[in-house]
This record gives sequence, structure tokens and C-alpha cells, in this order.
Amino acid sequence: MKESLILRSSARYVLWTSLAVSLFILLRGHNEPGGGFIGGLVGALGFVFHALALGQGATRRVLRLDPLAWAGIGLLAAALAGLPALLHHGEPFLTQQWLAGTPIGTALLFDVGVYLVVVGFALAFVLPFLEE
Amino acid sequence: MSVLPLLVALPFLAIPLVALGLRARPGAAPLPALLPLGLFLALLSLPLGAAFTSERIPSLGLETSFRLDGLSRLMALLITGIGAGIFLYASAYLKGHPALHRFLAVLTLFMGAMLGAVLADDLFSLFVFWELTSLASFMLIGFDHERAAARKAAQQGLMVTVAGGLAMLAGFLLLAAAAGTTRISLILAQAESISAHPFAPWIVLLVAGGCFAKSAQWPLHFWLPNAMAAPAPVSAYLHSATMVKLGVYLLARFNPAFQEMVLWQGLLTGAGGLTMLTGALLALRERDLKRKLAWSTVVALGTLVTLIGLEEPLAATAAVVFLLVHALYKASLFLISGIVDKKAGTRDALVLRGLARAMPLTAAAAALAGLSMAGAPGFIGAFAKDLLFTVQLGVPGLLPAIALVVNAAMVVVAGVVAARPFMGRPMEADREVKEPPLAMLAPPMLLALLGLVFGLMPGLISAALIEPAAGTILGRPTGVALGEKQGDELVLLLSFAALGLGVVMYLGWSRLQPRLAGQEWLDRYGPDSAYGEVLRAVSRTAVAVTRRVQSGSLRRYLALSLLIVFGGAGLVLVLAGGLAIPWRAAPVRVEQVLLVLLIAGGAAAAALMRALFAQVMGAALVGFGAGLLFLTLGAPDLAFTQFTVEVIAVVLLVAILARLPFRALDARRANERRNDALLAGLVGAVGVAVMFAMLSVPFDARIPEWMGQAAVPEAKGRNVVNVVIVDFRALDTLGEIAVLLIAALAAAALLAKRAGRKQP
Repeated sequence: MKESLILRSSARYVLWTSLAVSLFILLRGHNEPGGGFIGGLVGALGFVFHALALGQGATRRVLRLDPLAWAGIGLLAAALAGLPALLHHGEPFLTQQWLAGTPIGTALLFDVGVYLVVVGFALAFVLPFLEE
Repeated sequence: MSVLPLLVALPFLAIPLVALGLRARPGAAPLPALLPLGLFLALLSLPLGAAFTSERIPSLGLETSFRLDGLSRLMALLITGIGAGIFLYASAYLKGHPALHRFLAVLTLFMGAMLGAVLADDLFSLFVFWELTSLASFMLIGFDHERAAARKAAQQGLMVTVAGGLAMLAGFLLLAAAAGTTRISLILAQAESISAHPFAPWIVLLVAGGCFAKSAQWPLHFWLPNAMAAPAPVSAYLHSATMVKLGVYLLARFNPAFQEMVLWQGLLTGAGGLTMLTGALLALRERDLKRKLAWSTVVALGTLVTLIGLEEPLAATAAVVFLLVHALYKASLFLISGIVDKKAGTRDALVLRGLARAMPLTAAAAALAGLSMAGAPGFIGAFAKDLLFTVQLGVPGLLPAIALVVNAAMVVVAGVVAARPFMGRPMEADREVKEPPLAMLAPPMLLALLGLVFGLMPGLISAALIEPAAGTILGRPTGVALGEKQGDELVLLLSFAALGLGVVMYLGWSRLQPRLAGQEWLDRYGPDSAYGEVLRAVSRTAVAVTRRVQSGSLRRYLALSLLIVFGGAGLVLVLAGGLAIPWRAAPVRVEQVLLVLLIAGGAAAAALMRALFAQVMGAALVGFGAGLLFLTLGAPDLAFTQFTVEVIAVVLLVAILARLPFRALDARRANERRNDALLAGLVGAVGVAVMFAMLSVPFDARIPEWMGQAAVPEAKGRNVVNVVIVDFRALDTLGEIAVLLIAALAAAALLAKRAGRKQP
């Protein structure tokens, strides 16, 4: 598949476009269809397309970290999102908190964590099967 | 807020500091000794009775409690006081060792675990710290991990003590159920109802089993001498002065609850007596200094367990005094055996001679410790011996005779370890023998001197240390003061008889030892070889089972897994009467019928097509069709996810198909195809039946209604699906993504192997 000129030259644009779309899906998820799970899958798709066109080595260079590391960061972020509740009001772990009057809060951090775990998980499975 | 939890937490907090700090600056190795020293001083200044409780899960009775009473203070002072000496000694003993930082870090972990175990006042904290000491012991015995003997000994110690720990956990669960609380001080406060409870015999057996494993009681004594593969400071600290005493400590701790039970008394005196005899015999037989000391430690542990099992009130005082005495002289002697090993190059008692000329200070320390061990007058060891004889003479049966023989054997061990290597003409050594550095000499010297100081001035410790601890074991004040004349002339006579017999045996030991060593049946039929047999039997069974189950054919594995999972589910469904057909009147739209037909067509194609590529496309049709169906049913999130997953799956499958070598068509024979079709039919049928059963359960409309109403005010989101995922059921989601990560880790390990990459 690496032979296709169109595929190879468009891969980078497809990747950034799908990442932008996936972030959009992630962010709007709280009110419209979307969220970390779906966003993460769409983001992973962009990377898979990129790896199909340019080889998994190129994709790993774009990722900078191993997919597993991204997944680990995601899990850490999701777990951290549960801590403010303990510090703030002594409420149970993972009771989401918001900055007064804004939609920004620990739920967003949690969903970003989900997003990263899904991206890392999907790529950890798919990348080893794709050509170098 | 009590200071107790802080004392326990400090060593744990110090671990990274010790590990990283010493790796950067190995020259700072003596500094960690300040930690136990500081803890020792802090413990001295704490009043008895300090307590701390923090509830964890009140509904389960889970809490973290600490308590300082006479017994736990004695233990904690031994742990930190001797610990300070051990840390200092180890910094010189392992000077220049590349893993010194790791050693001291694990030693710090061990000390924290020990402190936690003796200060804990609830069953489960105690259990956790207890097991932590086993783990630390494993790492320390196996410190020299490039030697096979060290690895084997470490594994053996871990297996025995952890198996015992599991028995103890079972005992604790029963105890908590019987008492209705996990707080130890509350359990002991209702001693009478506990010992009368129907669980009581089981509690005694299980808890004592755990203690016996930890404290090397017969027949679980064999791991302790093997643990001598550890460096000398570990043997001195863990395997004589502190960790092996943990079992004794726990028996003493629970003694007030069970002391009236015949089972408790019989079990403890029986096991303790057998342990004493076995240890004494094997101590005489041994010629390696450290192993010889280890067997004598086994004897001491047996003595302590016996004393706790005796009803005689004086036994409690005897046990406490002997525990202290033994910790002092045995730690000192182990440290000295490490010095001798390091400086003279051998630990063989038959070879070592005349070291006193080259290392007079070491010889003096050894003599002091040895005299205390032999129970010479003026040393605190003499009090311990008199108390022992007084108590044991009061017991009918064989115990006085056992005590005589065992004490004579201890005199021999004291002579062979503490006197013999230093006396006579200097041996020929391949190196220049000289005194060790001060950091190695001071700890054993100080410990040995304490034996003399306490012996001359028993008032120093009698009321402050001994009486509170003995009173805790007994459950009431003992009214005994150390140094008062105990026992009568018979005791004195027996004491001298033991000393005399010991001296005679010592003089003849170099001729006695080869005879005893010749008795090979002791090795062949001992529990050590039984342990080896059990391990080999486990391996053989595993090999046999693997041969039968693991055929190596992926299709067979898949078929078996599917058959068991779906066949099992189907069986349960039929047996439990779960078969049902949910009839629900709902309007069906035309496009839904068409989508169902599309899905069915895709499934049929996947089943009937012969080319792999076409099969993948058929399966994809099922997935995309399902996604569209979700859309018509008002579940856009689900449809969205389904589509994305399906795209990734198709891309991945096609990429794999393009890479894999097999392009050939299905190579199965007709009967294999038939069997696979039957299995697939079973999976499908059970899947449908399970789905029907779930749909037949009456639907509680209040839940989605509440979620719909609460989403905006409670979670500030209009997309209920997402609100459920990130807020209402966030803990579930956290668990799910953790599972995803674990699956990805496992897959990475497998795929790395497949690609032939280097294993981490």
C-alpha cells in the first residue's frame, strides 16, 4: 500500500484533520453525541491511516511516546481527576468538580484520560501489524 | 493525633531516600543507622497505652489501629535498638558492594514492616505488615541472587512463611467473626467468650500454624538454617533477633484469650518441646558457625513457644527475659560470625583456631556474648536460665529432662562458636587476620556488654521493660521482680548440672561432631527433603496436565474455550429456567426490517464464502448494519462508536491478511467443517437465548428517568450517555480503561515476541 502516491502525500493531512475532528468530538461529548471513547477511536483511525501510508515507524515518530505510555498517561489523568473531590469536600473518590460557573472541571480531565487510553490501546494493538 | 502511625510511616517514607541517596553517594552508608536510633529514642519517651485508630471501611469493620503496650514496646525497642547496630554494621560489612543501597533500602522496608506488625492493634494491619516482613526476608535471603543456594533458600523461606501467613489469615477471619471486631485489644477484652466459641479450636490451629511457620517451629523449622545464605547482618537481625520472634510475639499477644484452652497449651508445649530437641540435636551436628547458631535459634524459639504454652504465671516473665537475653547475645554472635567469616575466610568450626591473638576485641565481645548464652553467673543469661529451670521443674513429665539436655547443648554451642575459634594456636590463614573496623566491632560489642550490664543491674529493666511485657502476656500483673531469688536449691543443682554436662560435651565435641554428621538419615527423612519432594510433585503434576490440555492447535483452543463459555452459559440458562421470549408490542419501521435483512445477509456471507477477504467483508456488513440499526433506534453515541470500531477492525484485518503468508482457501475436512458449524450454531443460539432472557427481565424505568433528569443539574451535561460514563459511573469507567491498558500491555508482550524483538 506504500506505493500509492496519493495515499502517501495525503496521509499527513488526514492525520491532522482526523485528530482535530477527534478533539472536537471529545470536547462536545458532554452535550452532544461524542466523548472520550468515540473521540479516541477516531483519533486512532487517523494514526492507523498514517501508518498504513507511511509505515508504523513514521507514525511512532509523530507519536513521540510509545502508545502504551500514552495509555498510561491517560489512566493516570483519569485517576487524578478523582482526587480533588477527596481534598475539597471529603466527598467520595471521582465525584466530579467544576470551576465555578464554567463547564471546565474534573469530568473533562477524566474524559481526556479515557481518550488517551483508547488511542494508546488501539494503536498498541494495530501498529505492530502494520509494515515498517 | 497520636505519634504512633508517624513512627511506623517514617521507615517507609525513608526507603526512596535511602535507595536513591546511597546510589548517588555510597559513602553515606552509615547515615541510615540514624533512623532506627531516632525511632528507638522516640519509643523510649512514649508513654505506655498510646493508641491510634483510623476507620477505613466502617461497614466491614476495617480500620487501621496502633497501640503501644508493654509487649509491643519491648519488641519495638529490640527492632529499632538492634536495628541501629545492624544498619551500622551492614554499612561496613557490605562496603563497596554495588547493591549496598538496595540492601539498606530493603532493610529499611523490613524495619518498617516489623514496627507496623508489633504496633498494629487490628488484625488486618497486623496481617499486612506480617506478610511484608516475609517479602523483605525473601529479598534479603536472596540478596546474593547470583548464587543458586541463596535463591533456593529465599524461595523456601517465602513459601513456608507465606503459606503459614495464609493459614493465619483464615484464623484471623474466624477470630474477627467470633469476636465481632477486628481490634485486637477489644478481642482480648472478651477472652472468655472467645475461648468458649465453637470456632475457637480452628482459630487456635490456624493462627498457631502461621506463628509456627514464622518462628520455625517443628516441623516447619527447616527453612531457618537454610536462610543462613543471607549476609551476616540479615541473619543477626531477621533470623535471630526480630522477625522469627514475630510468631512468638503473636502467640504471646493472643495468650490471654486462649491460655485456658487445653488445645492451646498442648499445641504450644508439644511443638515447642519437639522444636527444642530437634534444634539441639542438629546444632550439635553442625560445624558451620552460622548454621550452628541458626539451630540454636530454633532451640530458643522452641523454648519461648513452650513457655507461652505453660499455665504457670512465672512462665510469662521467663519468656520475656529469655526473649530479651536471646536477642542480645544471638545478634551479637551472628555479627561476630560475620566478622570471623570475613577476616579468616571460613566459618568451619573445626578449622577455626586461635584468632584471639589477631583480634582480641572481637574475642572479648564473643566471650561476653557466649557467657551470657551459657548462663554464667553475673550475666542476664543466668536469670533467664534460673527462671527457665524454675518454671520447667514445676511441670510434670519430661520437660525438666528435655530442659537439662537442651541447655547443655546450648553450652556446647556457646563454647564452639564464642570460645573455640579464638583459643589455641593461630590457624594458618591465606590472609592476614586483623580486627574489623569500628563500625563492625561496636554493635556486637555493645550488645554483648548490655548482657553484662543488665545482669549486674537488673533493676534497670525489671520494672520498666520486663514487667509490663510479661503482664501483657499474662493478661494481669505478674508481681515478679527480676533479680529476686527464684526457685530453690534444686534449680541451682540443675543449673550446674547443665553447665557441667555442657562443658564435658564441649570438650568431646570435635569427636562427637563427625559421628553425628555421619547419621545421613537425618538429612534423608527430614522435612527439608519432604519439602523438596512436594515441590517436585507439583512440577510433575503441572507437566502432566499441560501435556494433556495443551495440544498446540489454535483452532482446538478456540473451540474448547467457546464450548466451555457458551455451553456453560447455555446449561445454566436451561437448568435455572431462564429461557424466555420477550414479547413486546412496538412499532417496526420498514428501514429496520431492511437493516436486519442486511445484517443477516452479511452473516450468511461470512459463514458461506470461501475466501478470507470476502469473509471479512461479510462480517463488516454485520457490524455496519448494527451501527445503522442503533441510529434508527435513537442511540447515536452507540452507532458512532460501532462505526469507528468497525472501521478499525476492517482496516486491521485487511492489513494482517495482506501480510500473512496464507492465501489458500479453507483446508478443513468435511467432518471438521461440520463440527465447527455445530459449535458456531451453539454459540449463536446461546447468545440469542441470553439476550432474550435479559430482555425478559422487567425494565425499571425509574433509572433512565432519574439519569435524564439529573444529568444537567448534577453533572452539567446534556448527553446522558457521556454523563453516565464520566460522572455517574466514573469508577466503572476507570476500571474499564484500566482493563484496556492491561490488555494492551499483555498484547504488547505477545506481539513483541512474535516480531522476534528482544524481550525486556
